[in-house]
Amino acid sequence: MDALDASVPAISPRRPIGASVATFRALMGSGFRRYATYRQATIAGTFTNIVFGFLRCYVLLAVAAGAAGGAPGGYDARQLATFVWVGQGLLNVVGIWGWGDLADRIRTGDIVADLVRPVSPVTAYLAADLGRAAHALLTRVGPPVLVGALFFPLATPSRWQTVPLFAVSVLLAVIASFTCRYLVNATAYWLDDARGPLMFWTLGSGVLAGLYFPLRLLPDWLAVTLWVATPLPGLLQTPLDVLIERDQPALQAGLVALQAVWAAIMLALAHWVQRRAERRLVVQGG
Amino acid sequence: MIEMRELRKTFTVRVKAGRLRREKREVAAVDGVSLSIARGEMVGYIGPNGAGKSTTLKMLTGVLSPTSGEVSVSGLRPVPQRTRLALRIGVVFGQRSQLWWDLPLGESFRLLRYVYRVPAAEHEARLRRCRQLLDLDAFLDTPVRQLSLGQRMRGELTAALLHGPEVLFLDEPTIGLDVVSKQAVRSFLGELGRTGDVTLVLTTHDLADIERLCRRLVVIDHGHVVHDGTIEQLHARYGSRRRLVADLDVPLPPGFTLPGATMTSTEADGHRVTFTLESIAAGAAVAALVTAAQVRDLSVVEPEIEDVVARLYTDVSGAP
Repeated sequence: MDALDASVPAISPRRPIGASVATFRALMGSGFRRYATYRQATIAGTFTNIVFGFLRCYVLLAVAAGAAGGAPGGYDARQLATFVWVGQGLLNVVGIWGWGDLADRIRTGDIVADLVRPVSPVTAYLAADLGRAAHALLTRVGPPVLVGALFFPLATPSRWQTVPLFAVSVLLAVIASFTCRYLVNATAYWLDDARGPLMFWTLGSGVLAGLYFPLRLLPDWLAVTLWVATPLPGLLQTPLDVLIERDQPALQAGLVALQAVWAAIMLALAHWVQRRAERRLVVQGG
Repeated sequence: MIEMRELRKTFTVRVKAGRLRREKREVAAVDGVSLSIARGEMVGYIGPNGAGKSTTLKMLTGVLSPTSGEVSVSGLRPVPQRTRLALRIGVVFGQRSQLWWDLPLGESFRLLRYVYRVPAAEHEARLRRCRQLLDLDAFLDTPVRQLSLGQRMRGELTAALLHGPEVLFLDEPTIGLDVVSKQAVRSFLGELGRTGDVTLVLTTHDLADIERLCRRLVVIDHGHVVHDGTIEQLHARYGSRRRLVADLDVPLPPGFTLPGATMTSTEADGHRVTFTLESIAAGAAVAALVTAAQVRDLSVVEPEIEDVVARLYTDVSGAP
């Protein structure tokens, strides 16, 4: 293996930042292509999203019709319909459900393969998850929004900053969602099996992220507590509120800033938990 | 290249003691292993199931932190410097996959180039070499999940080598492979070892792997090193004996003995006998047997490494 051996002493040229970006991009690409291989799942999932979109939309519009002043939680009918249909698309981009890969790898011991790589597992999985989100953005958002627009009047943004703020907000939502899922999965380091925490997460996250009903329908003190004390409203409610311009410009930007703070905290927490886990790690199997 | 001094790893196991009470018990998976492996050595690391082979390998690769003792690989301390070490070592865990399950094999290789930050030309050259030696071309475009075990293992080997590691750790790389795939893997590793630049540590249950590839053999049991030397030394130390197998026209008379040898089996109504040669040379034993009996056919059987190791395992395991 002459070619293999010739370069043994010099591992690789050191261009840290450029190389890190290339590595991150390649891993993102892997996440994207991984999901691109399952086309039928994409189509079936989109169909389900649309069906549930109708159910949610009719329920919320009925609530709006019955509410005093016709604007429950400060939303008018257009905003509510937009909230539902963009939310149905965004649900898959943010991907709050259905990721148990890490827990599975910990349970089976396959995590070893991730640990012998020169990239932190948190970084590697984050990159792959952003790739997954990019794939969902391209395939899963369009159809429900289109169907929604055909059957219901939707709100369109009126401020110039709404669209860029929304883009940033979605990115932060994906990062926060990823770190939450990572932490739930990482309980498998201690519990061996993360099915319990994953179930708990699936049940709790949808409600507290604003999927089942807009969190603004809750009393103010509770809504504020959720926003400040947990990252969960940042997963879905904040990006949607930003898009439909539920709040004044200052609060609109402030909510995105709050998301950024939570994303940073959660990312740091995921790294910390991963390091702790590695120190007490028992790799399963021979 | 690899240094281990008094390396220990203990796991805490909870054992049921009474209805609700559970006792904690310490189990040493690796119990004071000291080894030194030089650059370019090919070392076979064997032992019965649960002996501590994989645990040692996980400590060497930085995945598990040792309970006590010192370890260094390539001049680095594996756990604290794991990511740096990862650039210098290649690892194949036979029962695990480091390839991307949903992606084509070639795609996995491309990704690894970025993960390990290998310059394109180096990557190309190594990949080309592996493609030739391991016959990868037929299934480079196949998703990893659809590969056969033999194909996947060839892919795993390539994946472990693309960044040009100094040390290669192989944990049962031939497990479950058919004869042809085993040979392909062995000859590839032999080729790799011939140049003497890559240090190789191989754990296996297939001793043929070791006989073909490794000059040095380390046997571990219950966390202790019970042998460290060449295969010949192992034979000498554990008294591997040659056997004399004779086919006879007429069975030997009852009470027949061959001085310096013991009769270990008789088959076919006494028409085939096997003697284990203890303190007698093969030539003398043959001469003695030929004068005493009507011999139709005769063969001297070399000791099998399997037998030696089997004896070694039962000896050590049986010891208190």
